[in-house]
Amino acid sequence: MNDFSTAFGTAFSLMINLDSALVEIVGLSLHVSLTAVLFAALIGLPVGAAMALFRFPGRSIISVILSALMGLPPVVVGLFVYLLLSRAGPFGVLGLLFSPTAMIIAQTLLVTPIIAALTRQVIEDLWNEYEDQLRSLGAGPARALPTLLWDGRFSLITTILAGFGRASGEVGAVMIVGGNIDHVTRVMTTSIALEVSKGDLALALGLGIILIFLSIGVSGTAFLVRRMAEQRHG
Amino acid sequence: MTKHLSIITMLIGMIFTSFSHTTFAASPYITVASTTSTKNSGLYDYLLPEFTRQTGIDVRIIAVGTGQAIRLAKAGDADVLLVHHKSSELAFVAEGYGLNRLDVMYNDFVIIGPASDPASIKNYDNTIEAFKSIAASKAVFMSRGDDSGTYKKELSLWQQAGIDVKSHSGTWYRETGSGMGATLNTASGMGGYTLSDRATWLKFSNKGDLEILVEGDPTLFNQYGIILVSQARHPHTKSTLAQTFIDWITSPDGQDLIDRYRIDGQRAFFANARPKIQ
Repeated sequence: MNDFSTAFGTAFSLMINLDSALVEIVGLSLHVSLTAVLFAALIGLPVGAAMALFRFPGRSIISVILSALMGLPPVVVGLFVYLLLSRAGPFGVLGLLFSPTAMIIAQTLLVTPIIAALTRQVIEDLWNEYEDQLRSLGAGPARALPTLLWDGRFSLITTILAGFGRASGEVGAVMIVGGNIDHVTRVMTTSIALEVSKGDLALALGLGIILIFLSIGVSGTAFLVRRMAEQRHG
Repeated sequence: MTKHLSIITMLIGMIFTSFSHTTFAASPYITVASTTSTKNSGLYDYLLPEFTRQTGIDVRIIAVGTGQAIRLAKAGDADVLLVHHKSSELAFVAEGYGLNRLDVMYNDFVIIGPASDPASIKNYDNTIEAFKSIAASKAVFMSRGDDSGTYKKELSLWQQAGIDVKSHSGTWYRETGSGMGATLNTASGMGGYTLSDRATWLKFSNKGDLEILVEGDPTLFNQYGIILVSQARHPHTKSTLAQTFIDWITSPDGQDLIDRYRIDGQRAFFANARPKIQ
C-alpha cells in the first residue's frame, strides 16, 4: 500500500514543480485528444442528427452498426490506421506513421461513432417532442436539423465529453500508431504504460492521478460553459 | 448565439496554435526500430542526447519486440534496425531488406525467480539443467509468449532441455504475450520464474521478492546488432542520416559511452563493435 502514498506524493510534486517533461506530455495529450474530438464532432454531430431525422433504406441496420462501433477496441482501430499509414500501406507515401497526426486520425475514428450514436439519440428525442410544432411552422427534417442541434446543445456537450473521455483515456491506438516516441508522440497514457513496464508502479499511478485531474479540468470547464450559457439564455 | 460561437471558435484556435509549433518542430530525424529491452534499460535516454548534440540529428526510437521491429523495418517504417536475435537479423539482410549487419554490444540473459526458489535452481551454472528442474517441479514459469528476441531465446533453451512447453501452456507454463516489464510484473505477482535480459532486470523497480537465480552460463549470451534498412528496397528511408548514426554508435566514441553506462552502479551493456576496416 506504500505505492499509493508514493503515487500521490509523486503526482503532487510533479504538478507543483510543473515538471517540464510532464507539461510537454500533457500538452500533447490535450492537443491530440481535443483535435480528434473536434473532428469527430464535426462529422458525428451532423451524421447522428441526420440518422435521427431522415428515413432511408437500411437506416436501422446502420444505426445498430453505429452503436456497436461505440465499443470498438482501440487496439483494433490502431492496427487499422497503422496498416493504412505504414509505408507498405495505401497511404504510406504521406509518411504520417509515428506522428501526432496519425494519433489524431486514430482517435477521430474511435470517437466519431460515439458522438454520432449519442447525437442520434438526443436528436431523435427532441424530434419526437417537437416534430408537430416544427412541421406546422413548415420545417421538415432538413430545416429542423440545425435547429435541433442548437436546441440540444447542452445535452450534446455531454456527448462530446463522452468522446473526449474515450480519446484521452485510451492507450491501445496511440501506442500502435504513435510509437510512444519521447518528445514526439508520448502522451499521458503511453507514459503510464511505459512506467508500468519499467516496474515503476508509483510513478505510473502518479501519472494516472494527473490524468484524472486533467479530465476533471476538462469536464469542469464544459460544466461551467454550460451553466453560464443556460443562465444567459434562460 | 453568435457570441458563443465566436468564443468556441477562439478556444479551438487557441488549442491549435498553442501546440502546433512545438509538436512539428522540423529538425532532421531518423526512426529506429528497436527492442523494449534497450529502451526500458534507459540506455537510449543516456546515449541519444550525446549523438544529437554532436550531429543535430534526432533519433526516434520505436520500442517493440524484436519480431515486430523486424516487420516494421521490412515495411519501410524505420531507417535503422537495432535488435537482438542474430539469425533473424541475418535473414533480414539476406532477404534484401537491410545492408550489412554489425555487432553493437552484448549483455546476458538471467533466470529470475522468487527467493523461495521452489524448483531449487539457485547457483546452477547450467541453464538447461535449471530449465529441466523448473519443468520437473512444475513451478510457475512466466514466458513472454510474444515474438521478441528474449522469447525466441527462451524457446530455444526449452528445446535444448527437451521440454515441449506448448503442451503445458496454461498450467505451470504461462505466456503473458507482453513486454519484458509486464512479464516481470506478472512473475513478481505470481512468484514465478522468468527469463529476462539483464538490463531490463537492473532497471526494473517492482522486483518484490524476485532475484537473479541463474547467471553466467555462456549459453545466456545476448548479442545486439544494428542494420541499415535498404534504400534500394525503400527509397524514402533516410539512408545518409541513418548511416551517420550507425557509424557513430559503432565508433570508439559511441562504444565508449555504452561501456560507461551504469544502472545502480552496475554495468548493463558491453560494447563489442569491431573496429572499422579501412
